[in-house]
Amino acid sequence: MGKRQNLWGYTFLAPQLIGLLAFSLIPVLFTLALSFMKWDGFGAKEFIGLANYIDQFTEPDFWKALVNTAYYTILVIPFSIGISLAVAIALNKIKGKDFYRLFYFMPVVTSSVSIGVIWMWILNGDFGILNQVLANIGIDGPMWLTDTKWVMPSIAILSIWWGLGHNMVIFLAGLQGISRSYYEAADIDGANKWQQFRHITLPLLSPTTFFITIMAIISSFQVFDQAFVMTSGGPAKSSYTFVYHIYEAAFVDFKMGVSSAAAMILFVIILIFTLIQFKMSQRWVHYEDQ
Amino acid sequence: MKISDAQTKTIPNQQVSIKLGKKIKPTRILLHIVLIFGAFLMVAPFLWTISSSLKDMSQIFLVPPKWLPDPVTFQNYPNSLTAMPFGKAYFNSFYITGLVVFLNILTCSMAAYAFAKIRFYGSNVLFILFLATMMIPKQVTMVPLYLIMDKLGWIDTHLAIIVPAGLFNAFGVFLLRQFIRGIPNELEEAAVLDGANPLRIYWSVILPLIRPALAAFGIFSFMGIWNGFLEPLIYLSTPEKFTVPLLLNTFKGLYFTDWSLMMAGTTISIIPVIVVYIIAQKQIIEGIALTGSKG
Repeated sequence: MGKRQNLWGYTFLAPQLIGLLAFSLIPVLFTLALSFMKWDGFGAKEFIGLANYIDQFTEPDFWKALVNTAYYTILVIPFSIGISLAVAIALNKIKGKDFYRLFYFMPVVTSSVSIGVIWMWILNGDFGILNQVLANIGIDGPMWLTDTKWVMPSIAILSIWWGLGHNMVIFLAGLQGISRSYYEAADIDGANKWQQFRHITLPLLSPTTFFITIMAIISSFQVFDQAFVMTSGGPAKSSYTFVYHIYEAAFVDFKMGVSSAAAMILFVIILIFTLIQFKMSQRWVHYEDQ
Repeated sequence: MKISDAQTKTIPNQQVSIKLGKKIKPTRILLHIVLIFGAFLMVAPFLWTISSSLKDMSQIFLVPPKWLPDPVTFQNYPNSLTAMPFGKAYFNSFYITGLVVFLNILTCSMAAYAFAKIRFYGSNVLFILFLATMMIPKQVTMVPLYLIMDKLGWIDTHLAIIVPAGLFNAFGVFLLRQFIRGIPNELEEAAVLDGANPLRIYWSVILPLIRPALAAFGIFSFMGIWNGFLEPLIYLSTPEKFTVPLLLNTFKGLYFTDWSLMMAGTTISIIPVIVVYIIAQKQIIEGIALTGSKG
Protein backbone atom coordinates (compact mmCIF):
# COMPACT_ATOMS: atom_id res chain seq x y z
CA MET A 1 0.00 0.00 0.00
CA GLY A 2 2.08 2.86 -1.26
CA LYS A 3 1.35 6.53 -0.66
CA ARG A 4 0.32 6.90 -4.29
CA GLN A 5 -2.28 4.15 -3.92
CA ASN A 6 -3.71 5.91 -0.87
CA LEU A 7 -3.90 9.18 -2.74
CA TRP A 8 -5.67 7.61 -5.72
CA GLY A 9 -8.02 5.62 -3.47
CA TYR A 10 -9.16 8.65 -1.53
CA THR A 11 -9.41 10.79 -4.65
CA PHE A 12 -11.89 8.37 -6.20
CA LEU A 13 -13.73 7.90 -2.94
CA ALA A 14 -13.88 11.60 -2.03
CA PRO A 15 -17.34 12.64 -3.35
CA GLN A 16 -19.18 9.66 -1.84
CA LEU A 17 -17.13 9.87 1.35
CA ILE A 18 -18.12 13.50 1.82
CA GLY A 19 -21.73 12.45 1.16
CA LEU A 20 -21.47 9.63 3.68
CA LEU A 21 -20.15 11.95 6.39
CA ALA A 22 -22.31 15.00 5.70
CA PHE A 23 -25.62 13.33 4.87
CA SER A 24 -25.57 10.10 6.84
CA LEU A 25 -23.05 9.63 9.66
CA ILE A 26 -23.04 13.13 11.11
CA PRO A 27 -26.86 13.42 10.87
CA VAL A 28 -27.29 10.04 12.63
CA LEU A 29 -25.04 11.15 15.49
CA PHE A 30 -26.88 14.47 15.53
CA THR A 31 -30.23 12.64 15.85
CA LEU A 32 -28.83 10.61 18.71
CA ALA A 33 -27.66 13.78 20.47
CA LEU A 34 -30.97 15.59 19.86
CA SER A 35 -32.89 12.66 21.31
CA PHE A 36 -31.49 13.61 24.72
CA MET A 37 -32.46 17.25 24.38
CA LYS A 38 -35.49 19.42 24.57
CA TRP A 39 -35.59 21.74 21.57
CA ASP A 40 -38.25 23.54 19.54
CA GLY A 41 -35.94 24.03 16.55
CA PHE A 42 -35.32 27.75 17.17
CA GLY A 43 -34.47 28.54 20.81
CA ALA A 44 -31.87 27.09 23.13
CA LYS A 45 -31.27 23.34 23.44
CA GLU A 46 -31.64 21.82 26.87
CA PHE A 47 -30.12 18.49 27.89
CA ILE A 48 -32.79 16.36 29.54
CA GLY A 49 -31.25 12.88 29.52
CA LEU A 50 -33.62 10.04 28.80
CA ALA A 51 -36.74 12.13 29.34
CA ASN A 52 -37.76 12.06 25.64
CA TYR A 53 -37.60 8.28 25.59
CA ILE A 54 -39.53 7.92 28.85
CA ASP A 55 -41.98 10.49 27.53
CA GLN A 56 -42.45 8.43 24.35
CA PHE A 57 -43.28 5.26 26.23
CA THR A 58 -45.99 7.09 28.19
CA GLU A 59 -47.27 8.97 25.14
CA PRO A 60 -50.57 7.63 23.68
CA ASP A 61 -49.70 8.90 20.16
CA PHE A 62 -46.47 6.91 20.16
CA TRP A 63 -48.29 3.69 21.05
CA LYS A 64 -51.06 4.46 18.58
CA ALA A 65 -48.45 4.88 15.84
CA LEU A 66 -46.57 1.75 16.86
CA VAL A 67 -49.72 -0.39 17.05
CA ASN A 68 -51.02 0.96 13.71
CA THR A 69 -47.70 0.23 12.01
CA ALA A 70 -47.47 -3.27 13.49
CA TYR A 71 -51.08 -3.95 12.47
CA TYR A 72 -50.34 -2.75 8.94
CA THR A 73 -47.26 -4.98 8.79
CA ILE A 74 -49.23 -8.03 9.95
CA LEU A 75 -51.92 -7.33 7.35
CA VAL A 76 -49.49 -6.77 4.48
CA ILE A 77 -46.79 -9.42 4.94
CA PRO A 78 -48.72 -12.73 4.59
CA PHE A 79 -50.83 -11.57 1.64
CA SER A 80 -48.00 -9.77 -0.08
CA ILE A 81 -45.66 -12.78 0.18
CA GLY A 82 -48.34 -15.40 -0.51
CA ILE A 83 -49.80 -13.75 -3.58
CA SER A 84 -46.48 -12.78 -5.13
CA LEU A 85 -45.12 -16.30 -4.58
CA ALA A 86 -48.24 -17.82 -6.17
CA VAL A 87 -47.97 -15.53 -9.21
CA ALA A 88 -44.23 -16.21 -9.55
CA ILE A 89 -44.80 -19.97 -9.49
CA ALA A 90 -47.61 -19.63 -12.02
CA LEU A 91 -45.39 -17.55 -14.30
CA ASN A 92 -42.24 -19.62 -13.86
CA LYS A 93 -42.87 -22.17 -16.57
CA ILE A 94 -45.61 -20.58 -18.59
CA LYS A 95 -45.65 -19.21 -22.12
CA GLY A 96 -45.91 -15.43 -22.30
CA LYS A 97 -44.10 -14.86 -19.03
CA ASP A 98 -42.64 -11.54 -20.22
CA PHE A 99 -46.06 -10.34 -21.30
CA TYR A 100 -47.62 -10.97 -17.89
CA ARG A 101 -44.60 -9.59 -16.05
CA LEU A 102 -44.98 -6.28 -17.90
CA PHE A 103 -48.42 -5.74 -16.34
CA TYR A 104 -47.83 -7.15 -12.88
CA PHE A 105 -44.80 -4.94 -12.39
CA MET A 106 -46.36 -1.71 -13.67
CA PRO A 107 -47.62 -0.33 -10.32
CA VAL A 108 -44.13 -0.68 -8.79
CA VAL A 109 -42.71 2.14 -10.90
CA THR A 110 -45.51 4.59 -10.13
CA SER A 111 -45.13 7.25 -7.42
CA SER A 112 -46.80 6.84 -4.03
CA VAL A 113 -48.71 10.07 -4.54
CA SER A 114 -50.23 9.02 -7.88
CA ILE A 115 -51.08 5.63 -6.42
CA GLY A 116 -52.61 7.30 -3.38
CA VAL A 117 -54.80 9.61 -5.45
CA ILE A 118 -55.95 6.77 -7.73
CA TRP A 119 -56.90 4.59 -4.76
CA MET A 120 -58.71 7.45 -2.98
CA TRP A 121 -60.96 7.44 -6.02
CA ILE A 122 -61.31 3.64 -6.13
CA LEU A 123 -61.94 3.30 -2.39
CA ASN A 124 -64.35 6.21 -2.05
CA GLY A 125 -67.20 4.84 0.05
CA ASP A 126 -70.00 6.61 -1.82
CA PHE A 127 -69.10 6.35 -5.49
CA GLY A 128 -65.76 4.48 -5.63
CA ILE A 129 -65.51 1.75 -8.23
CA LEU A 130 -64.71 -0.92 -5.62
CA ASN A 131 -68.00 -0.50 -3.78
CA GLN A 132 -69.87 -0.37 -7.08
CA VAL A 133 -68.31 -3.66 -8.13
CA LEU A 134 -69.11 -5.14 -4.71
CA ALA A 135 -72.71 -3.91 -5.00
CA ASN A 136 -73.04 -5.94 -8.20
CA ILE A 137 -72.40 -9.12 -6.27
CA GLY A 138 -74.66 -8.05 -3.42
CA ILE A 139 -72.05 -6.81 -0.94
CA ASP A 140 -72.54 -3.49 0.79
CA GLY A 141 -68.97 -2.14 0.85
CA PRO A 142 -67.70 -0.15 3.85
CA MET A 143 -66.56 3.47 3.92
CA TRP A 144 -63.01 2.33 3.27
CA LEU A 145 -61.05 5.48 4.06
CA THR A 146 -63.30 7.18 6.61
CA ASP A 147 -64.15 4.22 8.82
CA THR A 148 -61.64 3.79 11.65
CA LYS A 149 -61.88 -0.02 11.32
CA TRP A 150 -61.29 -0.12 7.58
CA VAL A 151 -58.67 2.53 6.97
CA MET A 152 -55.60 0.41 7.79
CA PRO A 153 -56.87 -2.61 5.81
CA SER A 154 -57.51 -0.20 2.89
CA ILE A 155 -53.94 1.09 2.96
CA ALA A 156 -52.77 -2.52 3.26
CA ILE A 157 -54.78 -3.56 0.15
CA LEU A 158 -53.20 -0.70 -1.80
CA SER A 159 -49.71 -1.64 -0.60
CA ILE A 160 -50.15 -5.31 -1.46
CA TRP A 161 -51.27 -4.35 -4.97
CA TRP A 162 -48.44 -1.82 -5.28
CA GLY A 163 -45.61 -4.13 -4.18
CA LEU A 164 -46.80 -7.42 -5.67
CA GLY A 165 -44.75 -7.10 -8.86
CA HIS A 166 -41.58 -6.27 -6.95
CA ASN A 167 -41.63 -9.39 -4.78
CA MET A 168 -42.84 -11.51 -7.69
CA VAL A 169 -39.80 -10.61 -9.76
CA ILE A 170 -37.43 -11.55 -6.92
CA PHE A 171 -39.28 -14.84 -6.40
CA LEU A 172 -39.06 -15.53 -10.14
CA ALA A 173 -35.30 -15.02 -10.03
CA GLY A 174 -35.13 -17.40 -7.06
CA LEU A 175 -37.23 -20.02 -8.84
CA GLN A 176 -35.05 -19.84 -11.91
CA GLY A 177 -32.03 -20.55 -9.75
CA ILE A 178 -33.41 -23.98 -8.81
CA SER A 179 -31.92 -26.63 -11.05
CA ARG A 180 -34.42 -28.52 -13.21
CA SER A 181 -32.64 -31.76 -12.42
CA TYR A 182 -34.26 -31.91 -8.95
CA TYR A 183 -37.72 -31.94 -10.52
CA GLU A 184 -36.71 -34.47 -13.13
CA ALA A 185 -35.35 -36.73 -10.42
CA ALA A 186 -38.54 -36.32 -8.42
CA ASP A 187 -40.58 -37.11 -11.54
CA ILE A 188 -38.69 -40.37 -11.92
CA ASP A 189 -39.28 -41.14 -8.25
CA GLY A 190 -42.98 -40.61 -8.87
CA ALA A 191 -43.45 -37.49 -6.75
CA ASN A 192 -46.57 -35.52 -7.65
CA LYS A 193 -46.68 -31.77 -8.24
CA TRP A 194 -47.67 -30.95 -4.66
CA GLN A 195 -44.89 -33.14 -3.20
CA GLN A 196 -42.41 -31.49 -5.56
CA PHE A 197 -43.56 -28.06 -4.45
CA ARG A 198 -43.49 -29.01 -0.78
CA HIS A 199 -40.12 -30.82 -0.78
CA ILE A 200 -38.15 -29.10 -3.55
CA THR A 201 -39.51 -25.64 -4.37
CA LEU A 202 -40.30 -24.38 -0.86
CA PRO A 203 -37.03 -25.46 0.84
CA LEU A 204 -34.80 -24.31 -2.02
CA LEU A 205 -36.68 -21.04 -2.24
CA SER A 206 -36.53 -20.38 1.50
CA PRO A 207 -33.52 -18.02 1.37
CA THR A 208 -35.41 -15.85 -1.16
CA THR A 209 -38.58 -16.02 0.92
CA PHE A 210 -36.69 -15.00 4.02
CA PHE A 211 -34.97 -12.12 2.24
CA ILE A 212 -38.28 -10.84 0.89
CA THR A 213 -40.00 -11.19 4.26
CA ILE A 214 -37.36 -9.24 6.17
CA MET A 215 -37.12 -6.53 3.51
CA ALA A 216 -40.93 -6.27 3.49
CA ILE A 217 -41.06 -5.92 7.28
CA ILE A 218 -38.39 -3.22 7.18
CA SER A 219 -40.22 -1.24 4.51
CA SER A 220 -43.58 -1.77 6.25
CA PHE A 221 -42.18 -0.05 9.31
CA GLN A 222 -41.45 2.98 7.15
CA VAL A 223 -44.96 3.34 5.71
CA PHE A 224 -45.87 7.01 5.44
CA ASP A 225 -46.67 8.36 1.97
CA GLN A 226 -49.94 6.49 1.44
CA ALA A 227 -51.35 7.50 4.82
CA PHE A 228 -50.18 11.10 4.39
CA VAL A 229 -51.71 11.46 0.92
CA MET A 230 -54.97 9.54 1.36
CA THR A 231 -56.08 10.05 4.96
CA SER A 232 -53.70 12.50 6.67
CA GLY A 233 -53.38 9.90 9.39
CA GLY A 234 -57.12 9.91 10.11
CA PRO A 235 -59.89 9.31 10.86
CA ALA A 236 -59.18 9.76 14.58
CA LYS A 237 -55.49 8.87 14.06
CA SER A 238 -56.45 5.35 12.96
CA SER A 239 -53.93 5.52 10.07
CA TYR A 240 -51.32 7.45 12.05
CA THR A 241 -48.11 5.48 11.41
CA PHE A 242 -44.71 5.47 13.07
CA VAL A 243 -43.00 7.64 10.45
CA TYR A 244 -46.04 9.93 10.51
CA HIS A 245 -45.37 10.35 14.22
CA ILE A 246 -41.69 11.20 13.58
CA TYR A 247 -42.70 13.65 10.84
CA GLU A 248 -45.44 15.31 12.85
CA ALA A 249 -43.38 15.68 16.02
CA ALA A 250 -40.65 17.50 14.05
CA PHE A 251 -42.42 19.50 11.37
CA VAL A 252 -45.87 20.15 12.86
CA ASP A 253 -45.28 20.24 16.64
CA PHE A 254 -41.62 21.39 16.44
CA LYS A 255 -40.54 18.93 19.13
CA MET A 256 -37.16 18.03 17.63
CA GLY A 257 -35.99 16.01 20.65
CA VAL A 258 -39.18 13.91 20.75
CA SER A 259 -39.01 13.31 17.01
CA SER A 260 -35.36 12.27 17.28
CA ALA A 261 -36.09 9.85 20.13
CA ALA A 262 -38.88 8.25 18.07
CA ALA A 263 -36.53 8.06 15.06
CA MET A 264 -33.89 6.30 17.17
CA ILE A 265 -36.49 3.76 18.30
CA LEU A 266 -37.40 3.11 14.64
CA PHE A 267 -33.71 2.70 13.88
CA VAL A 268 -33.36 0.09 16.64
CA ILE A 269 -36.40 -1.84 15.38
CA ILE A 270 -34.98 -1.90 11.84
CA LEU A 271 -31.52 -2.74 13.14
CA ILE A 272 -32.93 -5.81 14.89
CA PHE A 273 -34.59 -7.07 11.70
CA THR A 274 -31.46 -6.38 9.67
CA LEU A 275 -29.32 -8.32 12.14
CA ILE A 276 -31.76 -11.24 12.05
CA GLN A 277 -31.47 -11.28 8.28
CA PHE A 278 -27.68 -11.09 8.45
CA LYS A 279 -27.43 -13.95 10.96
CA MET A 280 -29.85 -16.12 9.05
CA SER A 281 -28.17 -15.49 5.70
CA GLN A 282 -24.93 -16.82 7.17
CA ARG A 283 -26.79 -19.99 7.98
CA TRP A 284 -28.00 -20.41 4.38
CA VAL A 285 -24.52 -20.04 2.99
CA HIS A 286 -23.52 -22.88 5.29
CA TYR A 287 -26.54 -24.89 4.20
CA GLU A 288 -25.81 -24.47 0.51
CA ASP A 289 -22.20 -25.53 0.95
CA GLN A 290 -23.19 -28.99 2.18
CA MET B 1 -29.30 -39.70 -1.15
CA LYS B 2 -32.24 -40.33 -3.42
CA ILE B 3 -31.89 -37.15 -5.40
CA SER B 4 -28.29 -37.55 -6.42
CA ASP B 5 -28.90 -41.16 -7.47
CA ALA B 6 -31.71 -40.08 -9.66
CA GLN B 7 -29.67 -37.20 -11.05
CA THR B 8 -27.52 -39.65 -12.99
CA LYS B 9 -30.61 -40.74 -14.88
CA THR B 10 -31.54 -37.18 -15.81
CA ILE B 11 -33.52 -36.72 -18.98
CA PRO B 12 -32.19 -33.85 -21.12
CA ASN B 13 -34.19 -30.65 -20.61
CA GLN B 14 -35.29 -30.30 -24.19
CA GLN B 15 -37.04 -33.63 -24.37
CA VAL B 16 -39.08 -32.86 -21.30
CA SER B 17 -40.27 -29.50 -22.56
CA ILE B 18 -41.15 -30.90 -25.99
CA LYS B 19 -43.24 -33.57 -24.32
CA LEU B 20 -45.06 -30.98 -22.19
CA GLY B 21 -45.56 -28.64 -25.10
CA LYS B 22 -47.41 -31.19 -27.19
CA LYS B 23 -50.15 -31.79 -24.69
CA ILE B 24 -52.69 -29.01 -24.30
CA LYS B 25 -53.64 -29.25 -20.67
CA PRO B 26 -56.91 -27.75 -19.45
CA THR B 27 -55.14 -26.68 -16.23
CA ARG B 28 -52.80 -24.56 -18.35
CA ILE B 29 -55.74 -22.77 -19.95
CA LEU B 30 -57.30 -22.19 -16.54
CA LEU B 31 -53.99 -20.81 -15.30
CA HIS B 32 -53.87 -18.36 -18.21
CA ILE B 33 -57.40 -17.21 -17.45
CA VAL B 34 -56.49 -16.57 -13.80
CA LEU B 35 -53.28 -14.77 -14.80
CA ILE B 36 -55.08 -12.58 -17.34
CA PHE B 37 -57.65 -11.66 -14.70
CA GLY B 38 -54.78 -10.84 -12.31
CA ALA B 39 -53.05 -8.73 -14.96
CA PHE B 40 -56.32 -6.90 -15.48
CA LEU B 41 -56.53 -6.14 -11.74
CA MET B 42 -52.99 -4.73 -11.88
CA VAL B 43 -53.68 -2.31 -14.75
CA ALA B 44 -57.39 -1.63 -14.11
CA PRO B 45 -56.72 1.27 -11.70
CA PHE B 46 -54.62 2.98 -14.38
CA LEU B 47 -57.19 2.34 -17.11
CA TRP B 48 -59.95 3.61 -14.81
CA THR B 49 -57.91 6.76 -14.10
CA ILE B 50 -57.33 7.47 -17.78
CA SER B 51 -60.95 6.72 -18.61
CA SER B 52 -62.18 9.03 -15.82
CA SER B 53 -59.90 11.79 -17.01
CA LEU B 54 -61.77 11.78 -20.33
CA LYS B 55 -65.20 12.12 -18.74
CA ASP B 56 -67.10 15.22 -17.71
CA MET B 57 -68.43 15.51 -14.16
CA SER B 58 -71.91 14.24 -15.10
CA GLN B 59 -70.48 10.90 -16.29
CA ILE B 60 -68.04 10.42 -13.47
CA PHE B 61 -70.61 9.52 -10.82
CA LEU B 62 -72.80 7.32 -13.05
CA VAL B 63 -74.19 4.15 -11.46
CA PRO B 64 -73.43 1.57 -12.81
CA PRO B 65 -70.02 3.00 -13.83
CA LYS B 66 -69.21 3.22 -17.52
CA TRP B 67 -65.69 2.14 -18.50
CA LEU B 68 -65.68 4.05 -21.76
CA PRO B 69 -66.40 7.77 -21.65
CA ASP B 70 -69.23 8.89 -23.91
CA PRO B 71 -68.82 11.55 -25.10
CA VAL B 72 -65.05 11.78 -24.76
CA THR B 73 -63.92 15.14 -23.43
CA PHE B 74 -60.34 16.34 -23.41
CA GLN B 75 -61.13 19.55 -21.58
CA ASN B 76 -59.85 18.25 -18.22
CA TYR B 77 -56.27 18.27 -19.49
CA PRO B 78 -55.97 21.95 -20.45
CA ASN B 79 -57.99 22.75 -17.31
CA SER B 80 -55.65 20.93 -14.96
CA LEU B 81 -52.59 22.32 -16.76
CA THR B 82 -53.82 25.87 -16.24
CA ALA B 83 -55.02 25.25 -12.67
CA MET B 84 -51.53 24.21 -11.56
CA PRO B 85 -48.00 24.70 -12.94
CA PHE B 86 -47.64 21.09 -14.11
CA GLY B 87 -45.32 22.12 -16.96
CA LYS B 88 -42.96 23.75 -14.47
CA ALA B 89 -43.16 20.70 -12.17
CA TYR B 90 -42.25 18.44 -15.09
CA PHE B 91 -39.24 20.59 -15.84
CA ASN B 92 -38.20 20.59 -12.15
CA SER B 93 -38.60 16.84 -11.80
CA PHE B 94 -36.69 16.17 -15.01
CA TYR B 95 -33.72 18.32 -14.23
CA ILE B 96 -33.51 17.31 -10.56
CA THR B 97 -33.71 13.64 -11.55
CA GLY B 98 -31.24 14.11 -14.43
CA LEU B 99 -28.64 15.76 -12.22
CA VAL B 100 -29.01 13.19 -9.44
CA VAL B 101 -28.73 10.28 -11.87
CA PHE B 102 -25.63 11.81 -13.46
CA LEU B 103 -23.99 12.51 -10.08
CA ASN B 104 -24.95 9.06 -8.79
CA ILE B 105 -23.48 7.24 -11.77
CA LEU B 106 -20.27 9.27 -11.68
CA THR B 107 -19.56 9.34 -7.94
CA CYS B 108 -20.79 5.82 -7.13
CA SER B 109 -18.73 4.28 -9.92
CA MET B 110 -15.66 6.21 -8.73
CA ALA B 111 -16.09 4.99 -5.16
CA ALA B 112 -16.91 1.48 -6.39
CA TYR B 113 -13.72 1.45 -8.46
CA ALA B 114 -11.67 2.53 -5.44
CA PHE B 115 -13.17 -0.20 -3.27
CA ALA B 116 -12.89 -2.90 -5.91
CA LYS B 117 -9.46 -2.28 -7.41
CA ILE B 118 -7.32 0.11 -5.36
CA ARG B 119 -5.68 -1.05 -2.16
CA PHE B 120 -5.67 1.96 0.13
CA TYR B 121 -5.43 2.54 3.85
CA GLY B 122 -8.72 1.98 5.68
CA SER B 123 -10.63 0.74 2.65
CA ASN B 124 -12.15 -2.24 4.47
CA VAL B 125 -13.40 -0.21 7.41
CA LEU B 126 -14.85 2.45 5.12
CA PHE B 127 -16.57 -0.14 2.96
CA ILE B 128 -18.21 -1.70 6.01
CA LEU B 129 -19.31 1.79 7.03
CA PHE B 130 -20.97 2.22 3.61
CA LEU B 131 -22.74 -1.12 3.99
CA ALA B 132 -23.86 -0.29 7.51
CA THR B 133 -25.50 2.97 6.44
CA MET B 134 -27.77 1.05 4.07
CA MET B 135 -29.88 0.04 7.05
CA ILE B 136 -30.39 3.56 8.37
CA PRO B 137 -33.93 4.57 7.44
CA LYS B 138 -33.95 8.02 5.86
CA GLN B 139 -36.50 9.20 8.39
CA VAL B 140 -33.87 8.86 11.11
CA THR B 141 -31.74 11.60 9.57
CA MET B 142 -34.70 13.78 8.58
CA VAL B 143 -34.41 16.40 11.33
CA PRO B 144 -30.60 16.92 11.27
CA LEU B 145 -30.60 17.01 7.46
CA TYR B 146 -33.19 19.76 7.60
CA LEU B 147 -30.99 21.69 10.03
CA ILE B 148 -27.93 21.19 7.80
CA MET B 149 -29.86 22.42 4.76
CA ASP B 150 -31.02 25.40 6.79
CA LYS B 151 -27.40 26.26 7.73
CA LEU B 152 -26.37 25.97 4.08
CA GLY B 153 -29.27 28.21 3.06
CA TRP B 154 -30.70 25.50 0.82
CA ILE B 155 -34.24 25.35 2.24
CA ASP B 156 -36.78 25.84 -0.56
CA THR B 157 -34.11 25.19 -3.18
CA HIS B 158 -33.55 22.11 -5.31
CA LEU B 159 -30.01 21.75 -3.98
CA ALA B 160 -31.44 20.29 -0.76
CA ILE B 161 -32.74 17.38 -2.83
CA ILE B 162 -29.98 17.09 -5.45
CA VAL B 163 -26.80 17.21 -3.37
CA PRO B 164 -27.52 14.57 -0.68
CA ALA B 165 -29.10 12.16 -3.16
CA GLY B 166 -26.39 12.73 -5.76
CA LEU B 167 -23.38 12.48 -3.46
CA PHE B 168 -24.52 9.66 -1.24
CA ASN B 169 -25.89 6.34 -2.43
CA ALA B 170 -24.45 3.39 -0.50
CA PHE B 171 -26.54 0.90 -2.46
CA GLY B 172 -25.07 2.19 -5.72
CA VAL B 173 -21.52 1.94 -4.41
CA PHE B 174 -22.14 -1.62 -3.28
CA LEU B 175 -23.88 -2.70 -6.50
CA LEU B 176 -21.24 -1.26 -8.83
CA ARG B 177 -18.38 -2.58 -6.69
CA GLN B 178 -19.73 -6.10 -7.18
CA PHE B 179 -19.63 -5.60 -10.95
CA ILE B 180 -16.16 -4.04 -11.02
CA ARG B 181 -14.77 -6.88 -8.91
CA GLY B 182 -15.87 -9.23 -11.67
CA ILE B 183 -13.53 -7.56 -14.17
CA PRO B 184 -10.30 -9.61 -14.51
CA ASN B 185 -7.16 -7.94 -13.12
CA GLU B 186 -5.25 -8.84 -16.30
CA LEU B 187 -7.04 -6.10 -18.22
CA GLU B 188 -5.91 -3.57 -15.67
CA GLU B 189 -2.36 -4.91 -15.57
CA ALA B 190 -2.12 -4.63 -19.34
CA ALA B 191 -3.22 -1.01 -19.08
CA VAL B 192 -0.63 -0.34 -16.34
CA LEU B 193 2.12 -1.78 -18.56
CA ASP B 194 0.98 0.66 -21.24
CA GLY B 195 1.62 3.42 -18.72
CA ALA B 196 -1.99 4.19 -17.76
CA ASN B 197 -2.71 5.74 -14.35
CA PRO B 198 -5.83 4.82 -12.28
CA LEU B 199 -7.79 7.76 -13.72
CA ARG B 200 -7.12 6.47 -17.22
CA ILE B 201 -7.97 2.87 -16.24
CA TYR B 202 -11.22 3.98 -14.59
CA TRP B 203 -12.28 6.01 -17.60
CA SER B 204 -11.10 3.84 -20.51
CA VAL B 205 -11.21 0.30 -19.10
CA ILE B 206 -13.68 0.07 -16.21
CA LEU B 207 -16.49 2.43 -17.24
CA PRO B 208 -17.01 0.94 -20.73
CA LEU B 209 -17.07 -2.57 -19.28
CA ILE B 210 -19.73 -1.88 -16.65
CA ARG B 211 -22.05 0.05 -18.95
CA PRO B 212 -24.99 -2.39 -18.48
CA ALA B 213 -24.68 -2.16 -14.70
CA LEU B 214 -24.52 1.64 -14.95
CA ALA B 215 -27.67 1.64 -17.07
CA ALA B 216 -29.56 -0.55 -14.60
CA PHE B 217 -28.40 1.51 -11.63
CA GLY B 218 -29.20 4.75 -13.46
CA ILE B 219 -32.78 3.63 -14.04
CA PHE B 220 -33.17 2.70 -10.36
CA SER B 221 -31.84 6.04 -9.34
CA PHE B 222 -34.26 7.69 -11.81
CA MET B 223 -37.28 5.86 -10.36
CA GLY B 224 -36.27 6.63 -6.78
CA ILE B 225 -35.79 10.36 -7.32
CA TRP B 226 -38.66 10.90 -9.75
CA ASN B 227 -41.10 9.27 -7.32
CA GLY B 228 -39.58 10.78 -4.18
CA PHE B 229 -42.07 12.52 -1.92
CA LEU B 230 -40.71 13.01 1.60
CA GLU B 231 -37.73 15.23 0.66
CA PRO B 232 -39.68 17.62 -1.61
CA LEU B 233 -42.42 17.73 1.03
CA ILE B 234 -39.98 18.78 3.74
CA TYR B 235 -37.74 21.16 1.80
CA LEU B 236 -39.89 22.87 -0.84
CA SER B 237 -42.53 25.48 -0.14
CA THR B 238 -42.83 27.58 -3.34
CA PRO B 239 -45.28 25.92 -5.78
CA GLU B 240 -43.11 26.94 -8.78
CA LYS B 241 -40.31 24.79 -7.35
CA PHE B 242 -42.46 21.71 -6.73
CA THR B 243 -41.72 18.31 -8.25
CA VAL B 244 -44.50 16.34 -9.96
CA PRO B 245 -45.55 14.20 -6.94
CA LEU B 246 -45.53 17.19 -4.60
CA LEU B 247 -47.57 19.29 -7.02
CA LEU B 248 -50.05 16.44 -7.49
CA ASN B 249 -50.47 16.24 -3.72
CA THR B 250 -51.18 19.98 -3.54
CA PHE B 251 -53.53 19.65 -6.50
CA LYS B 252 -55.40 16.96 -4.60
CA GLY B 253 -55.77 19.26 -1.61
CA LEU B 254 -57.30 22.02 -3.73
CA TYR B 255 -59.43 20.09 -6.21
CA PHE B 256 -60.33 16.88 -4.46
CA THR B 257 -64.01 17.33 -5.21
CA ASP B 258 -63.45 17.77 -8.95
CA TRP B 259 -62.59 14.19 -9.75
CA SER B 260 -62.36 14.49 -13.53
CA LEU B 261 -59.80 17.25 -13.11
CA MET B 262 -57.98 15.17 -10.48
CA MET B 263 -57.81 12.16 -12.77
CA ALA B 264 -56.39 14.29 -15.59
CA GLY B 265 -53.74 15.62 -13.20
CA THR B 266 -52.92 12.11 -12.01
CA THR B 267 -52.65 10.81 -15.59
CA ILE B 268 -50.26 13.66 -16.40
CA SER B 269 -48.13 12.66 -13.40
CA ILE B 270 -47.87 8.95 -14.24
CA ILE B 271 -47.19 9.19 -18.00
CA PRO B 272 -43.40 9.82 -17.96
CA VAL B 273 -42.61 7.06 -15.52
CA ILE B 274 -44.79 4.52 -17.38
CA VAL B 275 -43.11 5.50 -20.67
CA VAL B 276 -39.65 5.03 -19.13
CA TYR B 277 -40.81 1.72 -17.69
CA ILE B 278 -42.06 0.38 -21.01
CA ILE B 279 -38.80 1.38 -22.73
CA ALA B 280 -36.47 0.07 -20.01
CA GLN B 281 -38.53 -2.71 -18.41
CA LYS B 282 -35.95 -5.39 -19.08
CA GLN B 283 -33.19 -3.57 -17.17
CA ILE B 284 -35.56 -2.57 -14.36
CA ILE B 285 -36.85 -6.08 -13.82
CA GLU B 286 -33.43 -7.70 -14.08
CA GLY B 287 -32.01 -5.11 -11.73
CA ILE B 288 -34.70 -5.79 -9.11
CA ALA B 289 -34.15 -9.53 -9.47
CA LEU B 290 -30.44 -8.91 -8.86
CA THR B 291 -31.05 -7.05 -5.59
CA GLY B 292 -32.96 -10.08 -4.36
CA SER B 293 -30.32 -12.62 -5.24
CA LYS B 294 -27.58 -10.83 -3.32
CA GLY B 295 -29.56 -11.85 -0.16
